[in-house]
Amino acid sequence: MPNLHEKSAAELAGLLRDKKISAVEITKSALERINTLEPTLHSFVNVYPDLAVTMAEQADRMIQDGSARPLTGIPIAIKDNMCLKSRKTTCGSKILANFTPPYDATVVNLIKNEGMVILGSANMDEFAMGSSTETSCWGPTKNPWDTERIPGGSSGGSAAAVASCQATVALGSDTGGSIRLPASFCGVTGMKPTYGAVSRFGLVAYASSLDQIGPFARDIKDIALMLNLLCKHDPMDSTSVPVQRSDFSTFLDKKPSGMTLGVPVEFFNKLSNQDVERSLTEARKVFEKLGVKFVELSLPSLDYGIAAYYVIAPCEASSNLARYDGVKYGHRAENFDGMIDMYCRTRAEGFGPEVKRRIMLGTYALSWCYYDAYYLKAAKIRTLITQDFKKAFEGCDGIFCPVAPAPAFKIGEKIDDPIQMYLTDVFTIPVNMAGLPGISCPAGFSSDGLPIGMQIIASHFQESKLVQLVSAFQRETDHHLKHPAI
Amino acid sequence: MEFEAVIGLEVHAQLLTNSKAFCSCTTKFGSAPNSNTCPICLGMPGSLPVLNSKALDYTVLMALACNCRINEVSRFARKNYYYPDLPKNYQISQYELPVAEHGWLDVDLVSGTKRIGITRIHMEEDAGKLIHDEKKSVSYVDLNRTGVPLIEIVSEPDMRTAEEAAAYLRSLRSILVYLGICDGNMEEGSFRCDANVSIRPRGRQALGTKTELKNMNSFKNVQKGLEYEIERHTEILTDGGTIVQETRLFDPSSGSTVSMRSKEQAHDYRYFPDPDLLPLKVEPELVEKMKKAMPELPRAKRDRFIKDFGIPEYDASVLTAERPLAQFFEDTVAIFANPKAVSNWIMTEFMRAAKGQDSGLISSPVNPANLAKLLGMIEDGTISGKIGKTVFEEMWGTGKAPDDIVREKGLVQVSDVSELTKVIAKILADNPKEVSRYLAGKTQLLAFFVGQTMRATRGKANPQLVNEILTVELDKLKN
Repeated sequence: MPNLHEKSAAELAGLLRDKKISAVEITKSALERINTLEPTLHSFVNVYPDLAVTMAEQADRMIQDGSARPLTGIPIAIKDNMCLKSRKTTCGSKILANFTPPYDATVVNLIKNEGMVILGSANMDEFAMGSSTETSCWGPTKNPWDTERIPGGSSGGSAAAVASCQATVALGSDTGGSIRLPASFCGVTGMKPTYGAVSRFGLVAYASSLDQIGPFARDIKDIALMLNLLCKHDPMDSTSVPVQRSDFSTFLDKKPSGMTLGVPVEFFNKLSNQDVERSLTEARKVFEKLGVKFVELSLPSLDYGIAAYYVIAPCEASSNLARYDGVKYGHRAENFDGMIDMYCRTRAEGFGPEVKRRIMLGTYALSWCYYDAYYLKAAKIRTLITQDFKKAFEGCDGIFCPVAPAPAFKIGEKIDDPIQMYLTDVFTIPVNMAGLPGISCPAGFSSDGLPIGMQIIASHFQESKLVQLVSAFQRETDHHLKHPAI
Repeated sequence: MEFEAVIGLEVHAQLLTNSKAFCSCTTKFGSAPNSNTCPICLGMPGSLPVLNSKALDYTVLMALACNCRINEVSRFARKNYYYPDLPKNYQISQYELPVAEHGWLDVDLVSGTKRIGITRIHMEEDAGKLIHDEKKSVSYVDLNRTGVPLIEIVSEPDMRTAEEAAAYLRSLRSILVYLGICDGNMEEGSFRCDANVSIRPRGRQALGTKTELKNMNSFKNVQKGLEYEIERHTEILTDGGTIVQETRLFDPSSGSTVSMRSKEQAHDYRYFPDPDLLPLKVEPELVEKMKKAMPELPRAKRDRFIKDFGIPEYDASVLTAERPLAQFFEDTVAIFANPKAVSNWIMTEFMRAAKGQDSGLISSPVNPANLAKLLGMIEDGTISGKIGKTVFEEMWGTGKAPDDIVREKGLVQVSDVSELTKVIAKILADNPKEVSRYLAGKTQLLAFFVGQTMRATRGKANPQLVNEILTVELDKLKN
């Protein structure tokens, strides 16, 4: 069957159900696509053809014996920070380059039980710290729309794999925009669910109170299917919230007329990129035609979002990453003089500059004399941001805003300017600070053909509203159907 | 100048849960190194902690026993420091918001009762152990203990002498063991104590510079360490010197303390709320449940024993020191209603036999019913008290009932006057020299004749009767 790799999960599931193709055929087609594109894109850290074919054969057996589930046989890429038993999980870091987890992350378990096919681990910024996938110790991933540009980060490999049809869907993690930003830069749909909606067990932690796993797909239908799979309470994660989850697919066909979207003035005042402005304006018109009302609103505390994020996230990271010390697993320096020297050399060799920067930031901010001035103040700002959103949602169903100030930038353009890099996440970070669900959906293209995403944010556990709004939008538009010419 | 010491204690107690604080690994002691571990307690990337609710139950129980205010919401915090026995390089503990605060304990001292304030009780996880190779310059890490739940009980600086500190420590241990939440073993480290000590001129309010004492792994060493440290402080101040704020290690072999690290070298633990664990809620229902589960505590039991059984305070204190012992006493008294007799027997024969037995009273071969039976046989004269002791030893050794032993060995007391008179007549006839000395006024020889009689009857003679008959028979010879 031609262009199998371009089909959506929902389409492939239909073909599998009707026995028009086998999971092994789909998998082989995906592996072929990966083989062709990897030298150019580098979406993956590791590709597992053996594992993928074995899982596809298992999927075919499930289909044969009638135990197939909605996503059985669908190829998926998982970000390299989710533990995959007996396979390397490196987090894009030299310090974990040789680490093989003895257990599966909860999301990996869900994927395995569903009969999905894991193709490999997707490239990422080291420990998910970055907005460009350039900090990976394995080298950057290229944007499929322009290989001189970054795919966004930190889940750049996952986004690029889905955009280039190497994988049908992918998993990413989002701490300050790490799903939504690369989704926007690569022209795919990506969602960060509510904090606590998807289990973090087995997700290698960057900033535990902000990290959340979510899906990438080429359309909202597949996102809904993935949410149905992922959003489950997990007793192994104390922060997993036991709420009743609806079938997200039932919201795909619901009309959005009568819904209200809020437009935060602070966000739009910051926009200087004409392409982004134009795409957002056009998207707004589409929604208005669908009967969606728009209201202006103010989120004043969000101005402090980045500042507070770059205290809280590094503080948690400095503690989360303390375990990489060369004692138990991962990299250990070869030559050292005593225990302390072993720690120092191991970590000096194992971590890249961005990770070191954040560990030092966090260590400093948590130290006894600065705790109140930094961590405590940042925590207060976080509360204010959450309150701003809460107030805003009293008057709207969702908040409509850009994902990023501009489309994908060039490789190397910001890597030596951390502040510029951090500012890329100005519109996405507040969502993590408040633990809200946010989605990035293709909304247009720049004059030079780069994808531009829009972001919609909903109240806690209102992912279904995002599915409903984006589904209506994608019925009216074709941005999400365009493929990069790679 | 006269100084007074100011002492506060930080006690770590390992909780007797079956599984660890944040994972389901067993807490069993003595397994092969690193066998009781999983990705969670090994701090593997991506693993997450989930609180063992039993550990919280136990903490609440101890908090109630220590008259603490229980915080409805408390928080776990990370204590960050690098050490190879700490796989995550942070310890999950509590900092700003502990489970319980503002408690107290009444401690009995020779001088009377003293109330010691409890600042806080918080939960945390234990670290592993390092094993240093004596031959090679390598160290091994055993993480079996990593993640075992601990509570830290911090006292107010309310103690003034080493004896007070030791007494407070004993009552804490006694309560923990009573509650069945800690085995209280100081040598094995399941009950550990650090002390903060300073001195000040008597009568002054302001506190002197303190030192922290570590590594005192027995009650005796706590007392010795504190005494040494108080003496050291006193000498320095008397000589016009100043105390350096520092952490010191007690060295049991020399009985002295040595500097471990100064205040400048003190760790900055960079505490912050653990984002992997939600704020810990203690529901009022749990507190009520634990109140209902609260056993009678040592002091209350002691007071009741004095009142209800009429035994001396000393006896009551000894009997209530351990819950199973107190239970044994009560069970025995319920059958044999002579509390003082039971108390005497338990405090002598019973405790002597039970000493050096690891399993203690729980698996004692003598049960309350048999002890009561034995005491009954002594009281009704079936056997003598002396034979009773022999029977007891046999009971302890074989687990048999006392009446069976007495019957099998023919130990029934001889109380037949005519039979005893015959035996005594023979003894007097066989020992003419002693008889004449007795008659000449050396009346202490009565004991000799008693001994001879007991030997002749293999101890079975009723001693009281023997005395009476001997006196009568010897009196007859006087004339």
